[in-house]
This record gives sequence, C-alpha cells and structure tokens, in this order.
Amino acid sequence: MLTHLVLAATLLAGLGMSSAMAGSDGAKLYGRHCAACHGANGDGGIGIPLSLRSFQAGASDDYLSKTIRHGRPGRVMPAFSKLDESEIKAIVRHVRSWNKGASATYTGQHVKGDPVHGKKLFAQYCAACHGADGEGGKGTGVTYSRPRDLPIMAPALHNPGFLAAAPDAMIKATLMHGREGTPMKSFLKQGLKEKDIDDIVSYVREFEKQPLSGSARVLKVENPVIVRDSPYDLETTVENAKRAVSNNNFFYGRVQTLEYGLTAPADENPKQVIVYFCNISLLNQALAIDPRVGMFLPCRITILETNGKVQVMSVNPNVLSRLFNNSELNRLCDEMTKSYTAIVEEATL
Amino acid sequence: MKHSLKWAGAAWLTLLLCMPAAADDLLMARANRMFPEAMTLLQSAISSRGYTVTRLQQVNENLQRREFQSDMYRVVYFGKLEEVRRATARNPDLIPFLPLNITIFAEGDQSILVASHPQMLQEFFPDPELKALFERWEKDMVEIMDEVREEK
Repeated sequence: MLTHLVLAATLLAGLGMSSAMAGSDGAKLYGRHCAACHGANGDGGIGIPLSLRSFQAGASDDYLSKTIRHGRPGRVMPAFSKLDESEIKAIVRHVRSWNKGASATYTGQHVKGDPVHGKKLFAQYCAACHGADGEGGKGTGVTYSRPRDLPIMAPALHNPGFLAAAPDAMIKATLMHGREGTPMKSFLKQGLKEKDIDDIVSYVREFEKQPLSGSARVLKVENPVIVRDSPYDLETTVENAKRAVSNNNFFYGRVQTLEYGLTAPADENPKQVIVYFCNISLLNQALAIDPRVGMFLPCRITILETNGKVQVMSVNPNVLSRLFNNSELNRLCDEMTKSYTAIVEEATL
Repeated sequence: MKHSLKWAGAAWLTLLLCMPAAADDLLMARANRMFPEAMTLLQSAISSRGYTVTRLQQVNENLQRREFQSDMYRVVYFGKLEEVRRATARNPDLIPFLPLNITIFAEGDQSILVASHPQMLQEFFPDPELKALFERWEKDMVEIMDEVREEK
C-alpha cells in the first residue's frame, strides 16, 4: 500500500514537474519565436494581440497550432516549419495561460451556404476591411512604432495559411459574434441572418479553389546572387560600378574591402572590393513597408578578382521577399532587382 | 460531385502550402531595453564570442539628413577574419552576404533585433565543407539574440 502511495506521489510530482517544465519551455519558445512581433505578454505590436480576450475566446488551440505551422504566406507571419509538434503545443499552452477562460473548439464540418449570394454580401460587408479579394488590410501588420489607425490589421482571408487553420465553424462564429476590442462587429447585430452568414462563410471557403491572392505571393528566387564577368581589370570595374550607380539614380557612398575592420588596412585583401550606395527615398519607402529590411543596408555590389578574372556580383533583392515573407515588398524587390542588374551589367559592359 | 470538389479544394490548398515560401528564415528578438542599452549589450554579446564588430551603419542619421524621420536604427556588421577568408576562398558568391550582421532599432522603450538565419545560406551554398561553419554561425547568432533578449 505504502509502495503504491509513494509511486503515485512520485508519478504526480513527475507530472507536475513536466507540466511546469512544458510551461516554462512554452514561455521560452514564445520569447524566442513570437514575442518580437506579438509582444512579451501578447499585447501585439507587429502581430495581432494574442492576449485579447475576444481573440482567445474565438480561436481554438487547433487554429493556433496550424497558424504557427503554416504561417500566413506573404503576410509576415512565418511558417515555423522547424518547430516540432510538442514545441508548438508548448507555445499554445503559454499563449492560453494569459486567459483563464475555456478555449473554443470547432467541428471540421463544412457550412452549407450559397457562395454566389455570399460574394455579394462579402463585397458589401467585408471588403472594406479585408479587401475586395479577401487579400487583407494594407500594411501586413508591420507597423512597429509608426502610427496605427487600428488596433489590429484586418487579416487576409484569401490566404492558404488562414484557410488551412480556420474551420468554417470558426469563421461563422467570428461573423456571428464579432471580435470585441477590434473593428470586427457582429454581423447579426448589423442585421444579417444566420443564412446570410453561412453564405459568406461558403464564399470565403471558395477562396481555396481560386488562384493565389497577390497578397499571399512571395517571389521565387532561382539564383540568390546576380553575377556578371567583367572584361576590365579590377580598378576600372570599380570605377565603372561607381558611375553605373549614379546613372541608376543612387548615390555612391564609399568603397571598402570585404575585410575592412577585420584586420589592419595593410593586410586587407584588395581583390574583394565592395561599392556601397543608396537611394534614400527608396530606402524610406522600403522601411515604411517593413522596417526589418535594414539588414540589407546599405545597397552594395561586390567586385572581386580571382586568378585574374574579375566579377561583379550582388545579392538578388528578390531574396528579401521570401526572407521577410512580406508580399508588399514584392514591387520594391522587383524594382531593386532591375536596378541592381542594370548596375552590374553597366559596370561590365 | 460535391465530395470531389471538396477534395480538389483541399488538394489545391495543400499544394499552395507546400510552395517554398514564408519559412521562418528570420531571427528576431524583442529586448526590454532602451535602444542605447540594448546596443551596448548586443556589441558585448558579439565580441564575447570572438567576433570583431567591423562597422555600425547609422541608418536613422542618414535618413534624417534627408529629412526622413526614423527611430534609432543601426546595422551592426561583424565577423572573424579567418572564417571570412576560408569561406569566400571556397565560394566567392558568399561575399555579398558577408560580413554577418544584426539590425537593431528602437520601438518605444524597447528594442527589436533582426538577422537572417545563417543556416539559410546552406540552401543557397550547399557546399558540405561550409556546413559546419554555417551551423556554428547559426548557433552563435541564436545565442547572441538570446543574450540580448534575456539579459536581466
């Protein structure tokens, strides 16, 4: 009997400890992967405020898990493909610890409605915030310390990550009850009937069958580096590059070797030269869309000589679209890729 | 018919989710520190792992000189000479991605740090000889970010 009691106590203590450990792991994992965008206590910032009572009440654990797993392609929230299931569960538990209420559960049953009528209602009631094509509110949620008009960005509904995470029943519940503390109001209170709401849900589900929305598109990169061979010697190519920079509406900043600052100037390898340049207006536009792009600043192209062969190269700016998972950068990335290619080609012409 | 349409929708969604996009390729950290303090911690965390800080890019000053407003914003470049020499000798295409860097900027009375995962370079440069180096850069970068975030 005593042995059983000791065993039971040990087991319970063990369970308690493992639960506490999971809790602390969840906090640590949240701190590492989520807090930068969602805030240390889930009060939002770049990402949505996860601790918001109405969000907690409306989102199921499954929705949170799938959102972490799939992210929102093109909408900043990344897919955490390297986290395993137990890590994701630990993060979800941590997020749930901010709210003591029961979390929502939803069936996977499809809501039957008329998507044609739903489309009309969507245009009337949803499009102003969620976009005509369900592409989501402008700004992708990246606002940092810049002024914010809304406490939450209208999410992209026409997004494979959202559609995989949100069951029909959850979308319906959100439409029925709204989300207190956000601009999302109850559609019932706006005079719609449950049948109308079903029609909207069935229209939103139809997004799955439509081509990918522009806001969910991330540029593909075949080659991360733009490279051209130069017929000139290193010095001439550097001068050509400086001229090409100015000809393409950038101002030339400085020339340094790759090893600048790593060793004494006399020991630097003079055959690896970097030309730094910038266009402040373009930079300001990029930072306004996504302040994280600074990690690729300033613009630069590399000129190097290996065994008498001179090459000019730069990072392919389209890499940024994927790296930041921000479709609003796509236009700028495309422009930058064209400019970089033009500079590299002009320097080696 | 309806059943097969549902399957088609699910298959389409699966296909879209399998597209190579939206991976967690960025390391980000929010430090509960004012910018100057976080900046000092960051440089110390970098140096304590044997890296040399080569340059501090002053982004906000450059913007303000042309009348664009910005919070405090720096890009911190760092590296180790021998590693940079070894890696670029084997693969010169790596040069545009070096030296390593971490972006740091103010958000109110907190600071945000951003860097790309060095391990991502493995996908672009699948040289087995560089694998161990990328992995160590990854480990160091994660530790640096953790140190600045968790410093009490």
